[in-house]
Amino acid sequence: MTENLRGKVAIAGVGQAGLGKAEGFTELEILAQAAHAAVADAGLQMRDIDGLATASVLAPMWAMPVIEYLGIKPAFIDSTMLGGSSFVAHLMPAIHALTSGECNAVLVCYGSTQRTSSVSRKVIAGVRRDFDPQPYEYPYEPLNPLSTYAMAAARHMHEYGTTRENLADVVVAARAWARLNPEAQRRDPLTREEVLAAKMVSDPLSALDCCMVNDGAAAFVLVRADHARDLPNPAIHVLGNATRVFARQGSSLPSLTETAAVASGQEAFRMAGVSPSEIDVAEVYDAFSINTILFLEDLGFCPKGEGGRFVADGGIAPGGRLPVNTNGGGLSCIHPGMYGAFIMIEAVRQLRGTCGDRQVAGAELALVHGNGGTLSSQSTAILGTASAV
Amino acid sequence: MGPQAEYFDHLARGQFRIQRCDDCASAVFYPRTHCPECGGGLSWVEPAGTGVVYSATIIRQAPERGGDYGVALIDLAEGVRMMARIIDCAPEDVRIGMPVSYAGIGSNADTILYRPGDAT
Repeated sequence: MTENLRGKVAIAGVGQAGLGKAEGFTELEILAQAAHAAVADAGLQMRDIDGLATASVLAPMWAMPVIEYLGIKPAFIDSTMLGGSSFVAHLMPAIHALTSGECNAVLVCYGSTQRTSSVSRKVIAGVRRDFDPQPYEYPYEPLNPLSTYAMAAARHMHEYGTTRENLADVVVAARAWARLNPEAQRRDPLTREEVLAAKMVSDPLSALDCCMVNDGAAAFVLVRADHARDLPNPAIHVLGNATRVFARQGSSLPSLTETAAVASGQEAFRMAGVSPSEIDVAEVYDAFSINTILFLEDLGFCPKGEGGRFVADGGIAPGGRLPVNTNGGGLSCIHPGMYGAFIMIEAVRQLRGTCGDRQVAGAELALVHGNGGTLSSQSTAILGTASAV
Repeated sequence: MGPQAEYFDHLARGQFRIQRCDDCASAVFYPRTHCPECGGGLSWVEPAGTGVVYSATIIRQAPERGGDYGVALIDLAEGVRMMARIIDCAPEDVRIGMPVSYAGIGSNADTILYRPGDAT
């Protein structure tokens, strides 16, 4: 019966901070900068925030220092940690909390300084080995998360004839969009040949098939739709959201070529009452080039196995058949550890019509798809303008 | 001793064992307290030792850091999938769909080795 919640909650404000390198700043500091920017964008004060959703790669009790730092006293707190999809998955619990009256304004926020932090990713990987053990994978030393995505790509090539050229076309399309986005971190021209010639890291994925490692913070504010109408920015409504997890480890997933995005997508579309063909712009979590192909298939934009051909030759680049990852994606725009909040923001900006050179003309319906872990968690959201409700 | 400790205890004694559900007969890997299909109790069984490569990758690493190495996912004949290492075969020559057979336990007693071919 989640269709009763369709459009009842809207995104009223968005904010980002510390994109790229936040030298000398802590995660909490750039998170707070993004949070204040989002609250101001919503036309609210921080004291109006009485709900919080957040998650951290590092700190298991993350909601508490965030509450303390921002000086808020939220009645609703969600710190569900599903990896990068978390900030898309935070939507539905927040919708329940807002529509039930448990709270009135939910701040969803994230910050990471993984690029400039003194705690290296190598140290983090070592700590995780002990604190978050995977004794049936770690001893084989997969370079995870990358190696699991690499094995998904290899399997997809085997089953469907997808090629490295198809993967490269995902990377080139992301770069073409990034070149239209002043915030994007990688804006140099890039060709298919350059991607194919890049250093192999975990076959068949090269260094250019992988997302960046950046600093960055992102936040957005959710309120009830009737409240959003009185706020300064156009309300961007949440029409559907669903999250699914089938397993944590790649070796335990039922399939590496068909993910739980099939289930999260079907439910999000059902709740929203729309179909993939109606979507104007899609922001799908591209931690690796294969992700875009898998999710376009799983979410129903093309049949299973056709993703490689769907993205080929500029299919998802500017001017292609479907605008995908219009900010340049995790591959070329920004990827600070967990990217879910950033795709939400790009979708909101597209629906507000404020994306400048990369604006998709007349965009009214956007799909956001978050992925987390090693293809482990999948959360799909459908967002729409007031005219789409 | 829990099922995880028992699994690695088997490996330390040179025995590779997986689990089988006492109720629904599903093969189970990795080792658990209850069957993830039906909640039933589990018993240890010796797998047939044959499987097929589901997928594989080569991690590229400078020679001074140990050089390239392969990681594979193997679908066992029993119907479960596991991460494993393939020996007696260059990582570049591992093919998806290739039959493999059990080849022993790694030197740290925490990995399972397979080699190409049907024969055990």
